[in-house]
Amino acid sequence: MASRPWERALRVQRVAFTGLFLATLIVVLATATVISIICLRGAGALSWSFLTTMPAQGMRTGGIFPAIVGTLELVGLTVSFALPMGVATAIYLTEYASDNWLTRLVRLAIVNLSGVPSVVYGLFGLGLFVIFCRFGTSLLAGSLTLAIMILPVIITASEEALRSVPKSFREVSLSLGASRWQTIRHAVLPFAIPGIMTGTILGISRAAGETAPILFTVAAFYLPRLPASVFDQAMALPYHLYVISTQIPNISSDQRYGTALTLLLLVLSLNVLAVTLRAHFRRKRQW
Amino acid sequence: MLWQHRREKLIEFSIRVCGVSAVALVALIFLFLLKEGLALFRTVALTDFLGGHRWYPISEPPRFGILPLLWGSGLVTLGAVVLSVPVGIASALFVSEIATGWVKGLLKTGIELLAAIPSVVLGFIGVSVLVPAIKQLFQLPTGLTALTGSITLAFMAMPTIVSITEDALAAVPRGHREAALALGATRWQMMSRVLLPAAGSGILAAVMLGIGRVIGETMAVMMVTGNAAVIPRSLLQPIRTLTATIAAEMGETVRGSEHYAALFAIGIVLFVISFLINMLADLFLHRERA
Repeated sequence: MASRPWERALRVQRVAFTGLFLATLIVVLATATVISIICLRGAGALSWSFLTTMPAQGMRTGGIFPAIVGTLELVGLTVSFALPMGVATAIYLTEYASDNWLTRLVRLAIVNLSGVPSVVYGLFGLGLFVIFCRFGTSLLAGSLTLAIMILPVIITASEEALRSVPKSFREVSLSLGASRWQTIRHAVLPFAIPGIMTGTILGISRAAGETAPILFTVAAFYLPRLPASVFDQAMALPYHLYVISTQIPNISSDQRYGTALTLLLLVLSLNVLAVTLRAHFRRKRQW
Repeated sequence: MLWQHRREKLIEFSIRVCGVSAVALVALIFLFLLKEGLALFRTVALTDFLGGHRWYPISEPPRFGILPLLWGSGLVTLGAVVLSVPVGIASALFVSEIATGWVKGLLKTGIELLAAIPSVVLGFIGVSVLVPAIKQLFQLPTGLTALTGSITLAFMAMPTIVSITEDALAAVPRGHREAALALGATRWQMMSRVLLPAAGSGILAAVMLGIGRVIGETMAVMMVTGNAAVIPRSLLQPIRTLTATIAAEMGETVRGSEHYAALFAIGIVLFVISFLINMLADLFLHRERA
């Protein structure tokens, strides 16, 4: 018996939907597999002393303390450079810029900044900060490089946050005689802060995990002490993971998985924090 | 009052400066790449650089032909695109049109998490899990191959492709969907014949940005592809990409040497490629909005 056209269409739909489901499953399962392999094999290696002692014997034993501190310092400096500049750019784009060629050029530039390969940022940081500005291979050079790299993330998130503040807030403030800057400062910016924070945390997480931009600007192969100043080199978690998983033979897999887990936990917890914050403030929003 | 006025003018001025500084940064990046990289072309012809078959930067005399690297990047990218584009678009369709409630939330979170995993961690898993698997599966002397790189990179491009395709699908007006369903189309017919074509240019942008992500990827690809600078004959062979060359060799060069300039020249090539890809993607995105 020949099936009716709509029966066939429904059968095709069933097959297609199954295909779509399987495709999604591949992506999600792969993610889950990667995370669980690292968690399962890294959990045994993670201990208080692993996190708080210096590496020893050419990094084959000991902990990853300087890499953790290096990454935290790097990320802290990066944010202190990128946040003010990113928010200021977003304020410019939402509150000041008119729709002209200059604004379009700025937007085009931001799109391009977000597309520049991370290793090219590394080259740029080497050329400008390490050599031209004479900062040397240092925390300062590395964090400036990373700051430029995460700038688009912060700008885009801040702009979205500023735009979501209703126009009426600005109109009321201006009609009460506040100046343009007073309006931005007191009637717009406070309400955009949750969105800006979310974007900033995502930027931090990106900066914490990147390796290529810090290869030639800050990263020390092996430095069993803490950086003394911002002009000092530093170890960093992602670079350390790269070094011990490709450059050092016969190292125990505990060292590798322990480092991978530490980095993953740091980055994922930042992301979870960002997502939670976003959800929390969306619920609380009153307009 | 006057003082406050001046202070505000100062703040507004600095905001404007920050605003246009993004343009200055892009120009500065390009300028510094040129400044360090163009020195190479005092001794090496542009055609030998772009079309040379040999990348022997430290032999005597050195050869700086990046053709094998271009092939390496191209092959890995092609493989990654073939793997990630269909899966990525299918996932975006499933997440935005079929999944509902907590399943949707879970899947979205899963894809977001994938985007958050640092490239060096994926490279590490690639080296420790995927490389041995590929070696065994294809009975190869080494598992460090272009294919390994393509698979790893496919997963890295996936979140970009999925999220931008989702945006493109969400931008299709509700009326399109309702009209198709009202005419008696099944949901799949509606998706495949109305939704996908309507979101076409957005999806094209998603693919472009995915490609941009793959070409620019450095750490993971360096860790799993074996880094052999030869023109590849198959996917099951070690290759070396443009990005990996810079990352692997910059540490060993002498500042100001020919080799150093050659690596910056590769940086120029990468910058130009990513610039073109992003421009193209932006064009597709805006065509859709118009």
